[in-house]
Amino acid sequence: MSIYLNKDSKIIVQGITGGMGAKHTALMLDSGAQIVGGVNARKAGTTVTHQDHEGNDVTLPVFGTVKEAMAETGADVSVVFVPPAFTKDACVEAIDAGIGLLVVITEGVPVQDTAEVWSYLQGKSTRMIGPNCPGIITPGESLAGITPHTITGKGPVGLVSKSGTLTYQMMYELRDFGFSTAIGIGGDPIVGTTHIDALQAFEDDPETKAIVMIGEIGGDAEERAAAYIKEHITKPVVGYVAGFTAPEGKTMGHAGAIVSGSAGTAQAKKDALEAVGVRVGKTPSETAALMREILQSL
Amino acid sequence: MEFQAKQLFAKHGVATTLGVVVETAEAAKAAAEEIGGVTVIKAQVKAGGRGKAGGVKIAKTADDAFEHASNILGMEIKGLTVNRVLVTPATPPEEEYYFSFLLDRSNRQYLCIASVEGGVEIEEVAKTNPDAVKQIGIDPGTGVDEAKAREIAAEAKFPEAVFEQAVEMIQALYKTFVEEDATLVEVNPLARLAGDKLEALDGKVSLDDNASEVRHPEHAEFEIREEADALESKAKDLGLNYVKLDGQVGIIGNGAGLVMSTLDVVAYAGEKHGNVKPANFLDIGGGANAQVMANGLDVILNDDQVASVFVNVFGGITACDEVAKGIVGALDILGDEASKPLVVRLDGNNVALGRQILNERNHPLVTVVDTMDGGADKAAELANA
Repeated sequence: MSIYLNKDSKIIVQGITGGMGAKHTALMLDSGAQIVGGVNARKAGTTVTHQDHEGNDVTLPVFGTVKEAMAETGADVSVVFVPPAFTKDACVEAIDAGIGLLVVITEGVPVQDTAEVWSYLQGKSTRMIGPNCPGIITPGESLAGITPHTITGKGPVGLVSKSGTLTYQMMYELRDFGFSTAIGIGGDPIVGTTHIDALQAFEDDPETKAIVMIGEIGGDAEERAAAYIKEHITKPVVGYVAGFTAPEGKTMGHAGAIVSGSAGTAQAKKDALEAVGVRVGKTPSETAALMREILQSL
Repeated sequence: MEFQAKQLFAKHGVATTLGVVVETAEAAKAAAEEIGGVTVIKAQVKAGGRGKAGGVKIAKTADDAFEHASNILGMEIKGLTVNRVLVTPATPPEEEYYFSFLLDRSNRQYLCIASVEGGVEIEEVAKTNPDAVKQIGIDPGTGVDEAKAREIAAEAKFPEAVFEQAVEMIQALYKTFVEEDATLVEVNPLARLAGDKLEALDGKVSLDDNASEVRHPEHAEFEIREEADALESKAKDLGLNYVKLDGQVGIIGNGAGLVMSTLDVVAYAGEKHGNVKPANFLDIGGGANAQVMANGLDVILNDDQVASVFVNVFGGITACDEVAKGIVGALDILGDEASKPLVVRLDGNNVALGRQILNERNHPLVTVVDTMDGGADKAAELANA
């Protein structure tokens, strides 16, 4: 088991012919994921060829629309690599086609576009992850995104993180245990899947024994997650928050990573998590050590 | 800044008075003469609380305007130097209201905040009389049409005499919010002037950088770079995501989260080494090539405060061999000028190749380490040496 993504997931790539799309299509195939095709309206009818993890050539069809790609291939997941100016339209198209999981990797999407997509998605059947995220990996089964698949394998830990590289770092720290699923939700002010969504999914997943939650300064997502954990999550959760030394009023890379006044500080988030019994590490390695203790006592 | 917000208001039909922006006391005097009557001299910096800091003064005469402008220009408000003032006609409000549209992250929609109980003291009103501050959620899919604007104006209890003007202004402000891709459009105070005229007396607009990049090249003119730190300017010209901090250990990493985390780990390590601190935030981003890495090093090594540098990269999209090539290349270009020790930790994509490049070059200033904690400790130790 896993959350949101497994070995049966059939994945298409929106923007499969672009630089990023092509590079990561190859890497996803190499991970063993079932990539079944791509979308680019201007290159419909052509094909792209990459190699799978056994070194065999895989020729993938390029479709004009997501709807057509789904009908022809049975795809239920789409990974979006199109440039930020076109991301909103790509998302709306995939939602209209009824895609089950929409993973938006693109960085730099105007936040009002994301707000409109989120509004459009209400009441529809699509789950969105991102934008501006590394996507989701179920090690040994599938990869929809850009997380390196070689860091570690399958295991009992579920991971949800705002940050891509901290996801990799934490997977690396706990590589001897492995992960059920690791999901990067993205650092933008508005994202489709939240810490809370992932926490509940991990709670419901029998294969996940413990959860690592990684946050960073800005917003109140971690505080909300803390309140949710108190009411709904029975599995052990270990937390980490980046940005203790970040100064007030400066944006630290992610559009969402800004401390405004006393709200959104790393300390406030740590306090909120600890108040509901979540142990919070000061550094990635300390966080991993806390998780190690929990896993060894299970 | 206020004068820029007002330009955007005017562009979208929000009633406001632009006034005249000047950079010298002489020009302030001339502007006051031209406007005639009583004027207000207002410091233009990106900070709130300008009035309380003494940056807003009433000038009865043009000579007053000269004197006030002389005092205000050059003063510091919340660490920002005032380089220009806005001269506007003094229009004493009969009533002050508050109005804004903003991005509501928590609810993933837009939010309208409106109050007819006081403008500039809105924070105080929110504490003492929260019922007087109306919060109305806006669905980004449907937005604000005339009917919604009426609903907002009624909810906020705008008085009869200015109600229709409020409905107009709410629509114009929403247009400003959407068409400029703002994350905040705030009017404070929204004033009821003599003759029941509604006007935006002061305001603030925050723009979304992503949207400015994608579809608002015209927003570049709003960026006033003179206040920025010289290194931050240089980094911006090189397309780097850099924030200058007050410390001794230069930091380069990939991914906002990992770099923030690196700052923390270095600060903790610094506690054992003379309390040295991180000197900057620098995210080279995903998929950075050797040139980007070299540019990053160039900026950091030019920071006089920096005593050592910690490069912490976990390659996902980024390839470690490119990072290593960037480091070696930058050091070779700098030659004898490079004098600060570098601690490098690489993991992930092409790590073996990356470490091999560094080991083969075997530069005396470079120490290759295995872990993030070990690297932070070493860099802090070297900065304190």
